[in-house]
Amino acid sequence: MTAAPTIRIQREDFDVSGETAAIRGQAADVGAIVTFTGLCRSEDDRLAALEIEHYPGMAQAEVTRIVGEAMLRWPTLGVTVIHRHGTIQVGENIVLVIVASGHRRAAFAAAEFLMDWLKLSAPFWKREHHSDGTVGEWVEARASDELAVSSWDCAPNAQEHQTASRSPLRKVPEGLTSRQRNR
Amino acid sequence: MSIKLVYFAWVRERIGKTDEEVSLPFDVATVADLVTWLKSRGEEYEYAFENEGIVRAAVDHLHVRPDASIIEAREIAFFPPMTGG
Repeated sequence: MTAAPTIRIQREDFDVSGETAAIRGQAADVGAIVTFTGLCRSEDDRLAALEIEHYPGMAQAEVTRIVGEAMLRWPTLGVTVIHRHGTIQVGENIVLVIVASGHRRAAFAAAEFLMDWLKLSAPFWKREHHSDGTVGEWVEARASDELAVSSWDCAPNAQEHQTASRSPLRKVPEGLTSRQRNR
Repeated sequence: MSIKLVYFAWVRERIGKTDEEVSLPFDVATVADLVTWLKSRGEEYEYAFENEGIVRAAVDHLHVRPDASIIEAREIAFFPPMTGG
């Protein structure tokens, strides 16, 4: 029995071990838990922080759509997604994805699917704050992020997703990750 | 009809406001029509939408393409490609 996913958009930090313990306790059939934590890195000491703007009304809805799609595609026993906004210092957490499943392949694949789509379609925007105190530019989206989702054979949105380079829909072997396929 | 428009990141900065209520002419029926109409309102909008195809749109919290209808929309958002995660 799959528990309802935990989805939070918040300014505060999150507790990775606490969230993992919570998902562990949701089902006795959990045999695999994949935990991904995205951090603010220093870019060779160039950055002091990232400022993350978000669309409050849409962020929760869009992340919920992405999680719903992942839960349809893989036999998950628990999913947690937490995404922070506001000013995040170097070394701090930005995003947490936890997937619990009976077996590792589904957990790995669902976690990667979630991260690929979160990067492309969850309404968050990063701006750099430099270590010399200046405020930098908005971070530009990477073409590689769009390529990553193009390898999954569906979009989590009911309506068409606006990706320029989406390849034709295709079936992929269960559990194979997008990066493995792109090699 | 009156619709709420909301802007994020550099789209917000270029336009110079976070949101606004607008009354649209009846012939503004799609997201693309709305962008054309906005660009006629001033150079700040021209600047925000100078590279057609870069700015993304959402109608009532759902990503849409430029040809999407905005009839009966309550809130339309414009923003750059997303960089979360």
